Amino acid sequence: MNQTTRRSWAALAAVALLSGCATEAPGTGVFLLIDTSGTYSGELARAQTVTNYLLGTLDPGDSFGVARIDAGSFSEKDILVRTTFDERPSVANDQKRQFMQTVSAFADTVSSASHTDITGGVLQAVEWLNEVNPGRKTVLIFSDMEEDLPEGHIRDFPMELRGVRVIALNVTKLRQDNVDPREYMGRLEAWRDRVVSGGGEWTVINDLERLDVALEL
Amino acid sequence: MPSWLMIWPNSPGLSMLIVAILLVVGMWGARAPAHRVIQGIAKAITQGCKLTSDAIGGVHERLASRNREVLMATGLQDTEHQIEQEFKRISASVDRDLAAYPALHKQLVDQVNRIDEDYRRATDGPAAPEAWTETLQAAGQLVERASQTAAAKAVDALRAAIEESHDEALEKYREASRARHKLLSKMVPTWRSMDSTLTRVERSVTGIFERSRHIDELMETYRGIASKTPATERALASSSMTQFIIAGLVLVIASMGGFINFQLIALPMSEMVGATSRLGSMQTSDVAALVIIMVEITMGLFLMESLRITRLFPVIGRLDRHTRIRMAWATFSILLILAGIESSLAYMRDMLAADRAALTQTLAGGTVQRPEFMWIPALGQMVMGFILPFALTFVAIPLESFIHSSRIVAGQVAVGLLRMLAFAVHLFGFAADHAGKGLKNLYDIVIFLPLKVEETILEARSRGPTGGKTERTATTVNAS
Repeated sequence: MNQTTRRSWAALAAVALLSGCATEAPGTGVFLLIDTSGTYSGELARAQTVTNYLLGTLDPGDSFGVARIDAGSFSEKDILVRTTFDERPSVANDQKRQFMQTVSAFADTVSSASHTDITGGVLQAVEWLNEVNPGRKTVLIFSDMEEDLPEGHIRDFPMELRGVRVIALNVTKLRQDNVDPREYMGRLEAWRDRVVSGGGEWTVINDLERLDVALEL
Repeated sequence: MPSWLMIWPNSPGLSMLIVAILLVVGMWGARAPAHRVIQGIAKAITQGCKLTSDAIGGVHERLASRNREVLMATGLQDTEHQIEQEFKRISASVDRDLAAYPALHKQLVDQVNRIDEDYRRATDGPAAPEAWTETLQAAGQLVERASQTAAAKAVDALRAAIEESHDEALEKYREASRARHKLLSKMVPTWRSMDSTLTRVERSVTGIFERSRHIDELMETYRGIASKTPATERALASSSMTQFIIAGLVLVIASMGGFINFQLIALPMSEMVGATSRLGSMQTSDVAALVIIMVEITMGLFLMESLRITRLFPVIGRLDRHTRIRMAWATFSILLILAGIESSLAYMRDMLAADRAALTQTLAGGTVQRPEFMWIPALGQMVMGFILPFALTFVAIPLESFIHSSRIVAGQVAVGLLRMLAFAVHLFGFAADHAGKGLKNLYDIVIFLPLKVEETILEARSRGPTGGKTERTATTVNAS
């Protein structure tokens, strides 16, 4: 084996070792959108339970964010808290405690929103997830999925959701849904079409007891 | 039935019959070459198998011979090592107990002299003579008879003088006896001391005798191995297998200990190197924990090697005594530091687990409660983290036995497999030979009808007036 060949093998070994040592993107990124509109504000306690469950499930290095859905959700001011947990478990635990306190304080002081801009919230969540670039991207929407936009807001355009899993949680039925269930099913179907056409995956989970199985975190 | 076989149109039965007849006739005609082909193939397979079997047998023999050499060499080396160790022990015993023998001998001689001297001094003096008593009695009687005569007075005075002298002698005798008793009582500790000295000497000599007997046994074994007797070979092979199994079992137990050790330090390692980075498919923290355990085992190997308990690295064995001692201290120090690190990591693991439990309770909406006596498992983990590195040090001993015995066991397994393979190939050749013969017979069964006809014709010709016998013989030879 001549010197050049030996050097090549050494370089290959070094590259392989360095690529093996390279830090991968954190495993999971989750963004939870909480609907604060008048028809849904009563469900906030459940949203808090979901947040706590996620905090207990996510590992060090994972990313987690929570934002409210209100009249104009495509805005940083609607983001309550977002963080990537530290690599060290003890520091990550402290971050989770602070996260929980922030969400708890929000739940105590939140006021009902006049409109419901779900699309803006999803765009905001996807933007942050793409920025953090975790291995798995999940957007949780805690809402009745009834979008009610203020006048002048434009949201009827395709969303880029490639590689993002969108999960609608606790989709409650509205009064008119009881009158005509087709409205409820049509609403969910419309959201499915929007998400799938954007390249994402769509799931609905109404039974929060099976959250662990459905989230697959 | 294919159309090309339909020799007689619209009559498959007849066609098949014609084909069968043609086939039988063809086979009858080609009987001799067909038999030669079958026989040739069978012979080729048989010969090939025989050659292969012989070749495998040769390899088997060479490997068995090589194994025997290795076995004997290992046995010789082991026995030499044991004999060397016994001689070292005897040397140490002689150095310890008998090197001071001149001083011991002088001490014994002094003690004996002292006892002898004391004994001489303690010799009993002569008692007062019996005649004196008789003289005194006679003098007394004379005094009584002679009453107040001058002779009586003289005798009485003489008697008084003798009595006084007797009393003085008796008193001196008693004085001497007391002195002798004192001397004798002074001799007791000297006797005891001498007894103790002699017991010590006896113990040393007995120990040397026992070791000598052991050396004799070892020498007997050594001679047996050197003469390469089958009994010695079997004994050595059995011993190697036993060593292999025992060492394997101990290594399995040690690996379980290593796993427990890994569990103790893997979680807290994520605090040091992070929980997200990966090395291939493994977390870096797990790799770091494994590296620490491997370093501990390596240090343990070096420590055992430096203490000359194991002999896995000849380089270390060849080092001089001072360097080895320095190396032993260095490896022990590293082990001690690693044990301290592990102990602290084990404590950190307990803290992390408690923190995690507290967070889970908070997230579930409960109040955080620290259970009482939580310090007990924490302390247990710390102690375990400190002890396990030292316990893993002793892995070196079974590892050495395993490596040495596995060479012999693997060789024996390979020899067994080769023997089985040679037998299987030989059996296949034998089967091919008989299959060839069977095929020939089967061939003849198919064409039995023309054969029978041929035989009848030949018999009829042989009964004829001329030439028939010669022609039949020629045909038969040709056919066979």
